Order: sequence, then structure tokens, then C-alpha cells
Amino acid sequence: MIKFLLMVNKQGQTRLSRYYEQVELGKRASLEADVVRGCLARRKEECSFVEFKDYKLVYRQYAALFIVVGITENENELSIYELVHNFVEVLDKYFSRVIMFSLDKVHIILDEMILNGHIVETNKTRILAPLLALDKMAES
Amino acid sequence: MSDVVEKTLTALPGLFESQTGAAKITNRLRQLIKSITELTSKHEEENLIKRELSAIKEQVSSPNTTMKQMREIMVRAMYCEMLGYDASFTYIHAIKLAQQGGVLEKRVGYLAVSLFLNEGHELLLLLVNTVLKDLQSTNLIEVCMALTVVAQVFPKDMIPAVLPLVEDKLSHPKEIIRRKAVLALYKFYLIAPNQVQHIHAKFCKALSDKDPGVMASSLHIYLQLIRESPDSYKDLTGSFVTILKQVLGGKLPVDFNYHSVPAPWLQIQLLRILSLLGKEDQSTSELMYEVLDESLRRAEMNHNITYAILYECVKAVYTIHPKAELLEKAARCIGNFVLSPKINLKYLGLKALTYVVQHDAKLALQHQMTIIECLDHSDFTIKRETLELLFRITNAQNVTVIVEKMLDFLCYVPIKTLTFAPDNSWFIQTMNDVFSIGGDLLQQDDPNNFLRLLAEGKPEEDDQLRLYAVESYLTVLKGHTSHLPQCFLQVMSWVLGEYAHLQESVDRREVIRLLTQLLDQRSVSSETRVWILSALTKIPEGQTDLILDLAESLSSSQDTVLRQQAQELRHLSQDSQLREWVLVENSCAVDSSLSFLDGFVSEALAAGAAPYKPPHQRQEELSLNLEPYSFSLPVSLSSCSITDRQSPTLLSVSSGLSGNSAELSTLILEGVKRVWGKDGYLPQKEATAPPVDEPSAAVQPASQQEAAERIEPRPEPSTQNQDKQQLASSLFVGLGVGSSVSLLGKSEAPPPRFRKKPRPHESSSSSGTSKRSSDSSSRSSRNTTDSFLYGSFPEEEPATSISTFDHTPKSTTANGLSQNKDTKEDRHANTSQILGGDMVIVRPSTIQDKHPPSVSSDLTALLPADLKDLPHSDVISLTSDPSLSLSSCRLFRDEALLLVIFISNCTETVIKDVAVQLTCEELKVCTGNVMDCLEARSTSVCHYALLMDDPHTNVSLTGTVSYQTQPGHTNTLPFSGTLSTADFIRPLVVTTEEYGKLWLSLSHDVKQNLKLLTDAGDPLRTTLNALKDALQLHVVDIIGSEGIVACRLLSGAPCLLHCRVNGAALAMWLRSPHPALPDFILYHCQRALAHH
Repeated sequence: MIKFLLMVNKQGQTRLSRYYEQVELGKRASLEADVVRGCLARRKEECSFVEFKDYKLVYRQYAALFIVVGITENENELSIYELVHNFVEVLDKYFSRVIMFSLDKVHIILDEMILNGHIVETNKTRILAPLLALDKMAES
Repeated sequence: MSDVVEKTLTALPGLFESQTGAAKITNRLRQLIKSITELTSKHEEENLIKRELSAIKEQVSSPNTTMKQMREIMVRAMYCEMLGYDASFTYIHAIKLAQQGGVLEKRVGYLAVSLFLNEGHELLLLLVNTVLKDLQSTNLIEVCMALTVVAQVFPKDMIPAVLPLVEDKLSHPKEIIRRKAVLALYKFYLIAPNQVQHIHAKFCKALSDKDPGVMASSLHIYLQLIRESPDSYKDLTGSFVTILKQVLGGKLPVDFNYHSVPAPWLQIQLLRILSLLGKEDQSTSELMYEVLDESLRRAEMNHNITYAILYECVKAVYTIHPKAELLEKAARCIGNFVLSPKINLKYLGLKALTYVVQHDAKLALQHQMTIIECLDHSDFTIKRETLELLFRITNAQNVTVIVEKMLDFLCYVPIKTLTFAPDNSWFIQTMNDVFSIGGDLLQQDDPNNFLRLLAEGKPEEDDQLRLYAVESYLTVLKGHTSHLPQCFLQVMSWVLGEYAHLQESVDRREVIRLLTQLLDQRSVSSETRVWILSALTKIPEGQTDLILDLAESLSSSQDTVLRQQAQELRHLSQDSQLREWVLVENSCAVDSSLSFLDGFVSEALAAGAAPYKPPHQRQEELSLNLEPYSFSLPVSLSSCSITDRQSPTLLSVSSGLSGNSAELSTLILEGVKRVWGKDGYLPQKEATAPPVDEPSAAVQPASQQEAAERIEPRPEPSTQNQDKQQLASSLFVGLGVGSSVSLLGKSEAPPPRFRKKPRPHESSSSSGTSKRSSDSSSRSSRNTTDSFLYGSFPEEEPATSISTFDHTPKSTTANGLSQNKDTKEDRHANTSQILGGDMVIVRPSTIQDKHPPSVSSDLTALLPADLKDLPHSDVISLTSDPSLSLSSCRLFRDEALLLVIFISNCTETVIKDVAVQLTCEELKVCTGNVMDCLEARSTSVCHYALLMDDPHTNVSLTGTVSYQTQPGHTNTLPFSGTLSTADFIRPLVVTTEEYGKLWLSLSHDVKQNLKLLTDAGDPLRTTLNALKDALQLHVVDIIGSEGIVACRLLSGAPCLLHCRVNGAALAMWLRSPHPALPDFILYHCQRALAHH
């Protein structure tokens, strides 16, 4: 099961965070800082999975952006690693430019893919369908 | 501002420079993000967000703010919350936005709600009506987002309100609506399973939905349901198998593919479901073998995602009822993983291996070298996973090495492994390491359990353990102590307080001084101080001056508890009567009936208190959980810590319970499940005296321990590699089954024959063997007169001796040579009758001429019948004088070298009192023989059984023959000879599997390149045959360019040879449990090949 998904830059600033398990607001910042530290400390040749408290972290770096997913021990790390890439491919398909100003839309996309910590959709067309429909309606 | 403009602005944020109203607010979002990016300190961030939040506050309360602007404000609020700042004043506006906004605003409103509010939040109730309205909307987008939010956060109590609507959506024409409805129902099932019980049939309909997306979302429900009760869903197995087949067969629309792999995450989900269904169910498992096989086969493409599927598939194969063929394929897949240069795959391979070794430990053996490499991997995660794997294969034989590895690596040792502790000192030492490194990270129970273990033992039995602990702690305390964790200090002070008196040699003043020293340290917590003071209280009197000093210095302490304890300490040390009364030596009688409270109780009852009721009764009445209180009652430690010789923690528990619970008050020591118990020592005790025919235990601990303790470096070039090999053999020892060294396959049952072999050292069985032989020798010397055969033919006579020595166990023959076993066994039975120094005199009727009998092979004809068939060496002359001539011959018996000495009388007169003395420092030789007389021209044969326990290159023998030609005139004739280790090498008949298993359990190895005999067609075979002829080796198997050969030192230590053709040389790798044996065998191999 997926516990949280974070998008953080190399400076450790959170660009997006989604928790699928309740974490107190006050504790999020320090948790995220720890997560980022854990991932930044890793070298390129090391594997993309880190043990972190009760979770496993699966991280993937895209330029200066890290996407980190916290998962439970029984989850399949490699499938999550590829899920992250699928997510990025979807973002890439939708956004022509920087995504950081469209926090809401990234969330909407993510909500289509992961629900309550489960992977519910991976078909790119279907992931984007509701958002594209929204855009269309907002236009008219 | 038109929607169009705004949409453009948000979608293409990089473009906008416009100055319109909405844009100004949108601009604020952009500005905010930019400012956040430029932040350099936390302080700046705080200021920025504070400003932002007050701006947002102002805007949301302004009546002029439009819904569109509100949407931007919500995103900004999300940002603030994301950074950890409270923006709860916006929550209500998020709900309003969802209520009143247009589609995009509504979606953002719902999004904000799902981000801001958790399931129990009261504001969610305000959302219910909006959701109800949207669920009934004709706008599909609105229905869609309502379903999404319902599946994310929805108040549990309001589920009945929306349930009919959501159920309706299950038959909606649009797949996305059906899909989201299924997911919403899944959520309902998770938070309120009772609410959705009646719609199980609808889940089933969703599973068979024509749309793959709807079907896929129903799998979440099924995975959950099947996890809870697999038996109720066995009938669906066929459906899941069919679905997986269709997915594998590419029947899904192409947009379900991810990098050309059809719906990988769906496949993974199905594999998980199948493994749950097939677990411990053969008939269900049979339904899925085919599709699992196909799934393993399909995953050929070299992409991460196929490996992710493979991993799941391997897990499934090992979870369901096993099928050999599939297991083999899955095991091969794991090989691809762990050997992959891609680090992520290696990780997943280790994880898979960790999973499968729980079902089949021998798989670890196949990858042992990779595991060893991973153990030293620079990547923390890989290392960690490897330790996890090792943890799963921990057994009594490899526990020391594995725990050592774990300690090297991290401070947490799963305490469970310590139940295998092989001995006291190791246990205490390891616990010291655990406490000092892991210390305060340990679970609360660990120190207590450890102390309980120390305290529970019987005084005689466990005093040794306690003594060891005391000594070890004194050493620790004499060193640098400021870095030690509190819990370790507590453990030490308790043990010293309790048991320091056991150690006579310890100066009590020294103990007091060390403990007092701790009190002076600033790093010591006040809780630990309490422990230390309690310990000081318990140390027997006599050092009043020190104690008084201490009490004095503490009486001004700011800590009241310490002050109180110091006070008590002072009183006790001054009043020995009080002390005796309080601190009763060696007794911790606990009044479990709590009778001393009777007065108090009756008083309380009289005063109107309610009578005591046991907890379960109270629970029934109140349905409140009262449990947690019992252990956390604050009890003044000072009041009870000295009343008993127990650890303060235990005490506080027992007194904290007071009269409340009769059961719990007996907590002290008995009746508690002993987590560590004595079990830690039991396996070890069993291992020292294993039943003779129990597998492995006798052979393996020794080699493993040697491996762990041995430090001497080997003069080999590849020391590092060797170290790894050695580590491997100590780590994977005792995994029961399996093997894998290059040409070795898997094996089934352990070979019982083989395991019986005694160790070369002090193992009980080997001493049994030697005892047996010396036994028989002593008997034989008693019976020498019986077995001398004067003038008769030996063939007729052995019957007497057989009856005398009928005690020899036949089972030893099982160790024998393999060829024509039956006859050999018979021979064994016979020869062993005369094992030892026994003599048979033969008077050959043929040799009647005057010449001394020449040293010739026909002497061997004189051998007793039962020895004739043994392989033997040529007869060589030892010495001679005018009267006697001595020759010898070596006979190769399985368990001994028989040295046969032929003593020939060259004279025409009777020679009397012939006595042969044979000595050899390196060998066990049986005592000499005395013959009353040796007739003229006759030859007597005497033989000695020689045993070699430790190999020596060459062994020299010396001996004398004394005899009397005339009465009263004794002649002595000295002789000498040499024997080589080669004479003591015997073939070891094992199968390839047995060989493989043994190979892994052996730790001493040597590698060398030898000459390859290339003169014949097959160099390897020729060379091995030459070695076999020269050294009596057993060639186990030859496969391709590799050959495996086995031998042993008599019936003792085995030595395995692994030979591989390496260019023009023969790379030989020898292993043995005996440290020196490989070297000797190598030496003889070299000689044999050089002489060839």
C-alpha cells in the first residue's frame, strides 16, 4: 500500500505532497525533510529504495525534482518505481510547460491514479479524461 | 474576466503578464511559488507564509471575491498547508467552493476538502448535501468528482445516505462512473463493512464487467475480501485465471499497455489474488499452474516492469501449493534478479529470496556467494535486505556468525535469534554489544527479559552465567562509561547489586567505587541513579564508611527520590538489624495472596468501598477498557525499591497493582512466558552429544565455530575470495538441504550414511571408534595365547578368535568402499575381529629349505585369510640378522592402516619369546606382541592397526624384536620404517548431492594448480585416475571440464577435491573440516602426478 507521495526539489522544498494515511500537519514538514535527506544522501549507483521508519521509500529523480513514494513493506518496490514513471509520463502528456504552478491539476491527475493508497488507474488516456473534460467545460 | 482568459492563464502560467483582476490574484499564486523557491531560511519561510495567510484571510472574507478567485486562493492555501502551516480558516471556504463553484472550481473545492479534512472532521457533514446533489447531477463530470471525493473522505455515519445513489451508478452506461462507483463501494467496505454486505452480488457483476477498467477496480475489493476469508471465494479462481490469461494474451485495448507490457499493475494485482487463493490448497493451485507458467514465460522483455511482474509471480509460485517444475523456473528467475548488474533488480531479487527461503531454505545456498557480496555492499539498502535474508535462515549452527554480521551493521538485533546462543560467554558478550550499541533503542522488554533470564536460573546452574556477567560488567565499568546507554547502565548496576557477592575475588569496595563513580556522571539519568542506588543498597554491609560518604553527598541532591534513597541507604547501613529484616538474603518470597493488605481492604470495605471485582467482570459491566492503567500507575520507586531483591522496574509493577488484580500480582517471575528462556542453551547442549545417526549436528558446529574463530591467514593469493567462501560456509551451514557448487544439483533427503562420520576431533562418535579399537586390543592381548596358532593352518582356526571378539558393531561397515559391498562387509566383520595387535603364526609347510625366506611377494600368501583380500602394498624387508628376518607389508583397511610384520625364523631351531615392540609418536599403535616360540623355518605374522588422527606428511616407525635363541640369552633386533599420509587416505564414497552438501559445510580450503596429465585422450579423466590409483581417492563425478573427488583420513575427516581443467593445468580446490588435511593431500597429489 502507498502511504504518501511527495514531489520535492533538490533544495528539499516540497512541491507536492499527498498522504494516504493521516499524518498530523505539524509532523509532515519534519517527515518530508527526513525523507528528502534520506534520498539525497543516496548515490546514483545505489538502488532506488530506502528503508525509512516503518516505510520503504521508492524515489526517482527527474532533473532537479525528486518523486518519492512511501510504501509498506509488502508492496512491490519496482512496480511503484515504474508507477512514478507512468505518472511523470502522464504529466508530460498533459503539461507542455512547467508544472509547478498548477498544483491543483497535478493533484487531480494523481487522484485518478492513486486512491486511498491503491493504484486505481494506469491507463494514460483514462487518467487524463476527467481533467480534459473539465478543461473543455471550463472553456465553453 | 472571462473563463477563457483565466483558463489560459492557469494552464499556461508562464505566459501571463496581464493586469486583470483575476490575474492579479492568480499572479499572487505565481508570486507565492516564486518567493518560496527563492527562500533561503526557515525564518524567511515563516514570515512569507504568515504574510500570505493573512492576505488569504482578508481575501476569503471579502464579499467581492469571486468563485474563480476563490479557486486560486484555495490553491495558495494548499501550498501553505503543504509547507506545514495551519490554514484551517480556509476549510469552510473549500466546502463552499465545492458547493457553489462551476465545474473547475467545484473540483478544486473537492480537492481542497480531500487534502484538508480527514475522515472524522466535523465540517465534512456540511459536504454531504453537496455530494448528494452532485451524485444526482446530469453533468457526468460532477457525478464523477462527487464519487471521487466519496471514495476519498466521507463521514462513516452518512454512508447510508449516499449508498443507494452509489449503487445505482454501478449500472451506469459510462465506464468511468461505474469504475468510480466500485471504488467508492470499496472505500465503504473498508470503513464500514457492514453497510455493504448486501451488495456482494454487485461486486461480482463488476468483476465480470465488459470494461477492463471496471473489472480492474473490483479487484481491490476482491483482494481485500479474499485476504479476509480465502475459502469463500475459491469458486472465483477460474475467473481470475481467465482474466490473467486474457491480459497476458494481449486482449486488452492497447492503451492499457505500459511500455508494450499489457496492464502490468493489473497483472500484479491478479497474481496477488491468485497466490492468496492457492495458498495451502492443492486443487485450487492446480487451476493456476498453467497461467503462472505462462506468466513466467511471458516476462522475457528486459524492462523494469516485467521484473516487477516476475517478482510477484515468483512469490505466487512459492506461496501456492508447490509444483516442482514451476518452483524450478521461479528459482531460475530469482537467479536472473540477484545476478543482475542493475541494482534495483538485485534488491528485488534479494527480497524475493528473503521470501522464498522461508519456504525453501536451500535456495539461499544457490546464491550464497552473491549474498556474501551483498552483505558487504556499499548500498545500505542492499545490505539491510541481505541481513533480513540471513535472519530468515538463522539456525543454531550459524547464529554466531549471523549475529556478528548484524552487530557489525546495525544496532538492532532481533532478540529472537539469541535463543540459539551457543554458550554463556558468547551470550553475555553479545548482550553487552547489543546493550551498548543498541541501548536505548531496544524495546523496553529486552533488558527486563535479560535480567529475568539471569534471575530465574537455579543458583548452581546459572551462577556461572551470573559470574561471567559480573566479571564482564566490572571490566566495562572500569573503562569509559559516559557513552553507554542508560538501559545498559541499569542492567549492569542491577546485576552487580545482585550477584557481585558471588565473585569472591572481587573487592566490594571496588564495586562500590565503580557504581559511585557512575553517580557522579552528568550523563546518567535520574532513573539510572535510582537503579545504581538500589544496587548499592544490596551490596552486603561492611563498607559503611563509603556508603555513609555517599549518603551524605546525596542528601543535598535536588532530586527528592535520590535524597530519599540516600536517606534509606544511610539508615540501613547503620542499622544492621533493620537491614537484615529488609534485605532477606536469597529470598524473594512474594505474598501473592496479598494477605498483608487484608486489614487495609476490610477497613476500606467498612468505609463503604465497592468490593473488588476481577477485570473481566468489570469489563462486562462497563464495557470500558480499563487495561492500560495497571502498568502505568506512578509508584514511588523509593518506597519499594529496597524492600526486595528485584529490579526496580519489576517491583514498581508488582506494587503498583496492589490489591487490584490477584493474577497480575504474581507477576514477579513465575508463569511468565519466557521469551529467552533456557532454550538459548538447550540446543547447544544437545549439539554436544548428538545421537549418532542424527544428521549434521555433529559435523557442522565444529567447522562453523572454527570458521568463526580462526584468524590465521592462509597463504593464498585470493584471500578475500576465500574469506567470502569461508563466511559462506559458516553462514549457510545447517540449512538442511540443498547444494550448489557449479556442477552440483539440488538434493533431496540428507544422506544418513554420510552424517554418521565422526569428526576428527573430540566428537563422541570418533572417540567411540578409537575406544572400540583399543578395547579390542586390550582384549586381544589378554587372549593372545588363544589366537596363536601353533603349527596349524590359520584358515581352520579363526573361529575361536571370532567368538572372542564378537562385539564389533557391524554398522561400521557402512562406511566402507562401495564396490562389491557385500563381500566387503563380510570381510570387515572378519577383519575387525583381529583389529589391534594380534598375531597369527603361520608355518608354511613349503618353506623347508635352509635359506632364509627371501623377501618376496609370496609372503603375502601367509596373510590370514581374512586379510588377504585387502588392498596391500609390496612386501619390503625391514631388517634381518642371522636368526630372524623381518619384512612388512601395509594393508589398507577402511578404518586403519594394518601394518603386517612377517617374522621369519631363519634357523633350524625354535626361537622362543619373540616379542615385537613397535612405537610411533605420531600414530596410535597398539601394544606389542609376545610369542612363546617361533618354530624353525617358520614365519609368524603379526599385524598392527595404525590410526592417524592428525595428518603428517611422513611418519617414522621404530621397533624392536627381542627373542631368545637359547634360554636366558635375549637378542634384540631393531627395525624402522616410514609411512606416509597417503597410506591413511581412504576413498570416500558419496553421491554428487552428498558431496555438494558436504562441500558447503566445510570451511578449510586450499587451492592450487597442478600438473595435468595430457598424454592420453581425456586429460582430466587420466589425471584423476592417476590420482585415484596413487592415493585411493574416490572419483565422485566428472562433468565436462570439472571433476569432483572425495577421500578421507581413515574413517575420520573427509577431504573434498574439486578439480577443473584450467588451460594446461588442473585447478584443484580442496576442502576439509581439518585445517591441515587439504595441504597434505595436495602434497601427495603433486607427488603422485610428478612421479607419473
